[in-house]
Amino acid sequence: MDQKFNFEYDRWKKVLAAHEKKHPPSRKRFSTLSDMEVPLMCTPQEIEGFDYVRDLGFPGEFPYTRGVHTNMYRGRMWTMRQFSGFGTAEDTNARFKMLLERGQQGLSVAFDMPTLMGLDSNSPLSKGEVGKCGVAVSTLADMEVLFDGIPVGEITTSMTINSPAPILLAMYVAVAEARGVPKEKIKGTLQNDILKEYIAQKEWIYPPKPSMRLVADTLEYCTKSLPNWNTISISGYHIREAGATAVQELAFTLADGIAYVQAGVDRGLDVDQFAPRLSYFWDVHNDFFEEIAKFRAGRRMWAHIMRDRFKAKDPKSWMLRTHAQTAGVSLTAQQPLNNIARVTIQGLAAVLGGTNSLHTNSMDETLSLPTESAVMVALRTQQIIAEESGVANMVDPLGGSYFVEWLTNKVEADAYAYIHKIDELGGMMVAIDKGYPQAEIANAAYHFQRQLESQDKVMVGINKHSVDEKSRGIDTLYIDRTAEDRQNKRIEQIKSRRDAKKVEASLNGLRKACEGTENTMPHILECVKAYCTVQEICDVMRKVFGIYRDPGMF
Amino acid sequence: MPKTGAAKKGHAEGNTKIRVLVAKPGLDGHDRGAKVIARALRDAGFEVIYTGLHQTPDMIVNAAIEEDVHVVGLSILSGAHNALVPEIISGIKRAGATDVLYLVGGIIPDEDFEPLKKLGVDMIFTPGASIEGVVTYIRKHVKERPLK
Repeated sequence: MDQKFNFEYDRWKKVLAAHEKKHPPSRKRFSTLSDMEVPLMCTPQEIEGFDYVRDLGFPGEFPYTRGVHTNMYRGRMWTMRQFSGFGTAEDTNARFKMLLERGQQGLSVAFDMPTLMGLDSNSPLSKGEVGKCGVAVSTLADMEVLFDGIPVGEITTSMTINSPAPILLAMYVAVAEARGVPKEKIKGTLQNDILKEYIAQKEWIYPPKPSMRLVADTLEYCTKSLPNWNTISISGYHIREAGATAVQELAFTLADGIAYVQAGVDRGLDVDQFAPRLSYFWDVHNDFFEEIAKFRAGRRMWAHIMRDRFKAKDPKSWMLRTHAQTAGVSLTAQQPLNNIARVTIQGLAAVLGGTNSLHTNSMDETLSLPTESAVMVALRTQQIIAEESGVANMVDPLGGSYFVEWLTNKVEADAYAYIHKIDELGGMMVAIDKGYPQAEIANAAYHFQRQLESQDKVMVGINKHSVDEKSRGIDTLYIDRTAEDRQNKRIEQIKSRRDAKKVEASLNGLRKACEGTENTMPHILECVKAYCTVQEICDVMRKVFGIYRDPGMF
Repeated sequence: MPKTGAAKKGHAEGNTKIRVLVAKPGLDGHDRGAKVIARALRDAGFEVIYTGLHQTPDMIVNAAIEEDVHVVGLSILSGAHNALVPEIISGIKRAGATDVLYLVGGIIPDEDFEPLKKLGVDMIFTPGASIEGVVTYIRKHVKERPLK
């Protein structure tokens, strides 16, 4: 910094000190939602050494700090993709059609707990859970109904499914094939991120090692047969929602990404063959600038990791493309209309952070799955950001802000420290086995709860500005038991109609593939086409691979 | 099953440490709240037993009886509470434990409050509930037990 600047800055600091004697700050320490201390303001001094070309570069170019597309939203608006699913396939099919009619561009399927856990709706363990948190899919017949009347060759479909991911992917492929849509044409995303299940989301079936083999199977299969399919949506969302800080979300998720790329390379795939089909999924929380910094730092880090660590040569491999969802955990059941304001702030942060796709939560999601009218307000919120606010007119409008660049650097440095620690432990698989990320997240969650109790952090309507509410003032969606009955009837019908010999033969073929090293995907495809159920297929794998149990640490 | 605190069977020594089973029934994987509560109750001086995830009603009944707990806290965010909670409460009662305090935490629609309370749930804590509120409630309402 030049002398004049230093002189002026020092002078002003004295002015500030005098001013604060009269107007003391309202608290001793100011910090982000993740409790990262922030300065009163930043100047060129706080980002000394900032190098525009090295640190930001130009949009669409390495290191992509400013965004992955050259003209960002001018050329390609983010995809408005509302995650939805409830009841039976019929119920969700109707919701999908409503969303598409109202201007949504892509589908995003939420499956219910039994499906996520590889169980059929009629399993005793599924009692009370069918269709509650998402749509129930037990056989290909359900998938046929789910996409009835929806052009699978034209839309993009995202499926939030992890342990049973290969099965649901196979069902989608089978639906497309039956309609004459070539495999090369189908577009979408499979979450397929098993590592974050052990870390945070906890919907696992098998132990980590065979689970990673299944991920590698889908990577290999998609690379060879589904060129337009995004194979893994490496997800920070669930990590954050489980209580992680913004830095932990970023670091653990990138560390998961590193583990997947390594798995693909170990499978013998060329990194540039599969890395362009990996995408990310961030949470976007209330702390506006912390979130924007996280999105920007993430892109810069991934670009370096892919180019420098994995020696990827294709720029597409360097790009961190991401979906984002507003933070469910930030919503309150109290005064639920306030959630619209939270979602607006979060959605705006995702856009200013350069997200490529966005789900905005509905105001009622802490009470139940959202009603149709609540979903519409959430979608309209995105449309207002996109079409009224003007923020989509420029690329990375906050780039160059002293504070935003300082915070981006800080988030990046802290996240790298975690990644180095995980590397030292022996990589994410070992770290998970030692319970390292799990414990870090649980500590952060507990710390935040304590801060809430002491009013160090505020949730409006919870620990401040609360009111006595006789009623919530909004209607909520109620999912009745008939979904379970309707679903179980369909499973019975399918089981009585299907060819038992084909069922047995395909399951046998799968078992052999699981016992050996052959790719399981083609066998899973045979099983779903024979109308084997999700649970029947998973049971074959459970027998070969074993099951994983929660270590129950707290 | 990880547990904390000193004597497991405190009654014989006249130890009045309150034992709490924090349980995650069903397939729901959301364990942030359960873990925060488990740790907070431990810090408040209770003996806490946490079941871990994906427990069937039978597993929870067995744990409650085996650990002879004063309080059973069920954390459910998946919407399956109406199917799971009655099975657990009736199972524990059938096994002879009649002096247990039942708490439910999670995403519970308002219209389910009364039916759950009729089935024997003492208190329901929804998102936004404070740790101190839960601790205070337990201290105030834990049921007196004769020495064994």
